[in-house]
Amino acid sequence: MIEVNELTKRYGTTTAVKNLSFTVRPGLVTGFLGPNGAGKSTTLRMILGLNEPTGGSVTVDGRPFRDRPRGLRHVGALLDASDVHGGRTAAAHLAALARGNRIPRARVDEVLREVGLTAAARRRIGGFSLGMKQRLGIAGTLLGDPPVLLFDEPLNGLDPEGVKWVRGLFRRLAAEGRTVFVSSHLMTEMESTADELVVIGRGELIAAESLADFAARGTRASVTVRTRAGAALTELLTAQGGDVRPLAADGPGERFAVTGLSSARVAELAFEHRLLLDELTAGRSSLEEAFMELTADSVEYGATEQGAPR
Amino acid sequence: MTATATATVDVSEPAARFRDLLAAEWLKLWSLRSTVWAYVIGTLVVVGFNVGATYDRYRYWTARNAADRADFIADGIAHQYAYTTNAGTIMMLAAGAIGAVAITGEYGTGLIRTTFAAVPARRSVMAAKVGVLALVMTGYGAVVAALSFWLSQAILARRDAGVSIGDPGSLRLVAASALLAPVCGLAGMAIGVLLRHGGAAIVTVVVVLLVVPLVFADDRHWAAVVDHALPSSAWMRLVDVRYDPGVGIPFPWTVGGAWTVFALWALGAAAVAVFAAPRRDQ
Repeated sequence: MIEVNELTKRYGTTTAVKNLSFTVRPGLVTGFLGPNGAGKSTTLRMILGLNEPTGGSVTVDGRPFRDRPRGLRHVGALLDASDVHGGRTAAAHLAALARGNRIPRARVDEVLREVGLTAAARRRIGGFSLGMKQRLGIAGTLLGDPPVLLFDEPLNGLDPEGVKWVRGLFRRLAAEGRTVFVSSHLMTEMESTADELVVIGRGELIAAESLADFAARGTRASVTVRTRAGAALTELLTAQGGDVRPLAADGPGERFAVTGLSSARVAELAFEHRLLLDELTAGRSSLEEAFMELTADSVEYGATEQGAPR
Repeated sequence: MTATATATVDVSEPAARFRDLLAAEWLKLWSLRSTVWAYVIGTLVVVGFNVGATYDRYRYWTARNAADRADFIADGIAHQYAYTTNAGTIMMLAAGAIGAVAITGEYGTGLIRTTFAAVPARRSVMAAKVGVLALVMTGYGAVVAALSFWLSQAILARRDAGVSIGDPGSLRLVAASALLAPVCGLAGMAIGVLLRHGGAAIVTVVVVLLVVPLVFADDRHWAAVVDHALPSSAWMRLVDVRYDPGVGIPFPWTVGGAWTVFALWALGAAAVAVFAAPRRDQ
């Protein structure tokens, strides 16, 4: 369990984290979401005692992490997969971490097998891809078999198979009763992984609740329809309180984005008025929509014009 | 709180031991190929300088008779070839740079965060780094000093002008030259901890260990005080087996004073590394 209490971090005049309070409970995967620059990494570093808070406090299983003489049996943390020395082999890197925490050397081979790096154990980390470094970092978090695990953007650089594997691993770790706290700037990464969400923007708490509660906040879920009766449908849906915007057509008929009405309601109305729909798709998930809406005001590094945001 | 915190994962932990951290730092040091190369090349270069200079003297030999040879030894020249000033300069540079890179390499790669997240007792981590560096540097310095003394005097012995390790001053020369490596290595590590950047740290090592001694001549009292407080001056005092305070030295100092300077640099640098690093955000 991680308890963050009124945490504040200032760098000069910049406030990276402001009066942040939330609790991360065991037995669940908790997603830590926020746009780039929201203060996620700073918060994780303060949880680990790497950075000293300007105000407030944070405890891991009841104690400030920094008070523990050795860490790996309490918290496994992957902050940045590139926080390694490229000149060492994967096995040597983990062996040194294990030795300092009095963890048996045999554990190194176990965790390397678990993350699928056995074949690369004797290779130098400098030649690893980002995905392999993520796996190595995850192996490091597992060394001490800890009750609390922190991951900062662990899916970066992983291939689809790797993403699937990591999700399964997180689910399993949580099912074993561990506290699993995973940061991401993409809601889609969390959708099929997290039970709970902590959402921050500009260093402040936006939401700390279950995934379902958070999804319910998305009021503007959009539905995509394609029809050859565009004018009639637009009139109908607008009359029912929907907001209809035309989209670029890529097939027969016209395409529209409808907000304010559920896909079921759109289907019902079309049926009642005998309008043929060629396509009806629930657009972006309501989670993604809720996330975009709630963090819209707090995007630190947003594209102001028609640039592609990261 | 306890109602929700029913963690099913129990933490049973063996007692934290400092020697595990020493062992971890030892593993980290020798798992880098560059470490082995640095020490091998460092040994070859410094020993090479001493042997080369001695061999040069051997080739262009001027002491033709027994009296000349006796003077050669009595004037301390044989001892000078056991560890030349040039070799000492290179040793200071090598040791200081290796010490600096030992820590800036960890900052530069970000590994320091992984290290401190695994061992939150940061002072203990830094103390282990200091301990391992001091140990390895002492071994390195001792090998270089012993090889240099033995090889140089073996060459001079072929002209009947070598000294033995039992001769007055020999042991002090070898010991001071051996300890020059850990003193400068620790100074380099302290500078690395303060600057956290490899390039900047090495430049500072060069300035502190090699340039500053050039600036302060020992002909005025205050300048002599500064000069005598430097590791290079202390080393030169210790290896000067024929040091005569009566002749042309305005502000003489003692062997004990020079040893004290060595000790204070080592202890001060170790204290900076252990106590300065943990205080800042990583």
